[in-house]
Amino acid sequence: MGYVAIKGGGQAIEGTKDVYDYLRTRQSDNTQPLDSKTIENQLRLLHSRVISEGGVYHPQLASLAIKQAQGDTLEAAFALRAYRSTQPRLVETPVLDTKKMRVTRRISSAFKDIPGGQMLGATTDYQLRLMHMELLNESKEQFRDVTKALLERTNIDDIPDTFPKVLDSLRQEGLLPEIDNTSQEQIPFDITRAPLVFPVPRSAALATMARAEQGSLLAIAYSNMRGYGDVHPTVAELRVGFLPVLLPHPITGELTEVGEVEMTECEVVAMYEGSEGNDDDKKSTFTLGYGACFGHNEVKAISMAILDRALQKGMKEEPDNPSEDPEFVLLHVDGIDSMGFCTHYKMPHYVTFQSDMDRLRATQQKQTNKESI
Amino acid sequence: MTVSNHFGFLDEYAKKEIRRTTLKAIAIPGYQVPYSSREMPMGRGFGTGGLQLTLSLLGKGETLKVIDQGSDDSVNAVNLRNFIEMTCSGVDTTTSTSEADVIQSRHRIPEKDLREDQLLILQVPYPDPLIIVEASENKRKTLHGEADYSRLLVKLYEDIVKYDEITISHRYPTRINDHYVIDPSPIPRWDVPKLHQSPALVLLGAGREKKIYAVPPYTKAEPLAFEDVPFRVENFTNKKGQRRSCQRCHCTTSFLDEFVDSKSGEKIYQCSDSDWCNEQIANRTAMSDIESISNTIESVEVANG
Repeated sequence: MGYVAIKGGGQAIEGTKDVYDYLRTRQSDNTQPLDSKTIENQLRLLHSRVISEGGVYHPQLASLAIKQAQGDTLEAAFALRAYRSTQPRLVETPVLDTKKMRVTRRISSAFKDIPGGQMLGATTDYQLRLMHMELLNESKEQFRDVTKALLERTNIDDIPDTFPKVLDSLRQEGLLPEIDNTSQEQIPFDITRAPLVFPVPRSAALATMARAEQGSLLAIAYSNMRGYGDVHPTVAELRVGFLPVLLPHPITGELTEVGEVEMTECEVVAMYEGSEGNDDDKKSTFTLGYGACFGHNEVKAISMAILDRALQKGMKEEPDNPSEDPEFVLLHVDGIDSMGFCTHYKMPHYVTFQSDMDRLRATQQKQTNKESI
Repeated sequence: MTVSNHFGFLDEYAKKEIRRTTLKAIAIPGYQVPYSSREMPMGRGFGTGGLQLTLSLLGKGETLKVIDQGSDDSVNAVNLRNFIEMTCSGVDTTTSTSEADVIQSRHRIPEKDLREDQLLILQVPYPDPLIIVEASENKRKTLHGEADYSRLLVKLYEDIVKYDEITISHRYPTRINDHYVIDPSPIPRWDVPKLHQSPALVLLGAGREKKIYAVPPYTKAEPLAFEDVPFRVENFTNKKGQRRSCQRCHCTTSFLDEFVDSKSGEKIYQCSDSDWCNEQIANRTAMSDIESISNTIESVEVANG
């Protein structure tokens, strides 16, 4: 009688890898392996999600992660994160100005007419969610036709590279607080190099949410939207585009563009509050919530902006509900953490369960003894 | 599959941070020191805290043992050991407790007494014993600072009132060096006394919760209890009041796993610590060898007159 319970682990693990990969590759005839560009383009929003939750902007590795994880967003983001652990942090960029973003989409729900105009870009917002049966059988020619038709209809010269920010005009009208340079944190908190010890600065909260798992962030933000909270946001501006990344030139020290990252940014305006109103004879202003993440990911950016606003309230006063509680929000939105702990329950727990049984039997024994008295 | 060629997977800055955190943890016995905790290529909850400690502290020429549930061949132990072998060239691995310089373990402390020159690293899912009475980390920090464990004691008291028993089965709150109470990781109560005045340094790493803490060598480690309700380890006596033994090595002093024989349907017990179990069998065989040799010598002597 061998140790049947947990012997043979090594062999078993090897076997799982083989069968896992078999399921990915079993459609051997009439198929082509997915290449990383195909994933980046045809599964664009999945790619965005993984790159954002992985927290490292590496489009090719994000594609690879999706491929090897067979489309599981949590697993794919996890692989990217683990890759990042092996990389040293060499330089820091200065704070980048999203005014300079090469915008592909920007909207405001605060005003019909915003400086620079609304630009809808690529969105499913107003599409009918009907099955597009024609996509079941697509050809390369059809791909080309789609591109050709779009380029013929569009006059590229008409599209400006950058757009002014809606918030700037609100600020000019005195509806928003002035930017207070003195109170700004000079060095943003780096969550990859320091643990969260509460209370944490706002930049730590923003960084945590920027790479949070989208579903988790949405669920907590939704609780606030529904009534466990009262942010009642208006989307002042939501923009998607490519943000130039600047780094000091190694020789001259001058800021130089080294590339760009696709980002989604959302700024919500919320109602002013009594306590913030009549302080120091200042006039009341709207309050702000900010959300931003890698890739094209609007639900995430909006959820984050709402939670940022909710957390600012919770950091100032006692939180009234979960979405305003920094510990509750920030310690439960990371997908790598939550999925890891969830899956760990599948591991052997024989010893602790043995211990549990010992306690239950002892309790039952005492209860039996009492009954017999 | 490519893995970083760097020794120990982590970049040097990460290892340095973990070593500094470890020094602080040893200097303040039982205090949970926060650290940034990198993502590892295995699940948060699968021992990433222990793994980061091992990778930061292990050096070339050293020997490592990895166990899970007391066994070297448990799936997770195999997985961790493979990864460490892959990323730490020049490190030997062993299943023998006495041969290991560093032992990474989940849920057990080896039965065999550890030595001063050995290091035990325990994987921790919940670093804070106060979490069962206070959800907020910020508030718990204050309670620890003031060594205010009254709510934990009340919880133990309420257990006795409700069930006539303290119901905490594993992760038993243990006071270190008369101040901080730690969660000693999900080891059974059986293992808790081994922490007290342990000659080996015990490091505890929680990767997901980003904390490292320590029970330094020869330090007091006392499980919370009351004068009239002492701390008790798991009971392995049968209905007749006899101590159950391992069906394999017949040891009556080890922590036992209980399972059902798939053929006979009977309940059987076996050592949870597989190395211990093998050693008992080896010792017995050696003893019987010696006996048979001495018997032979005697009979030869008798024959020779």
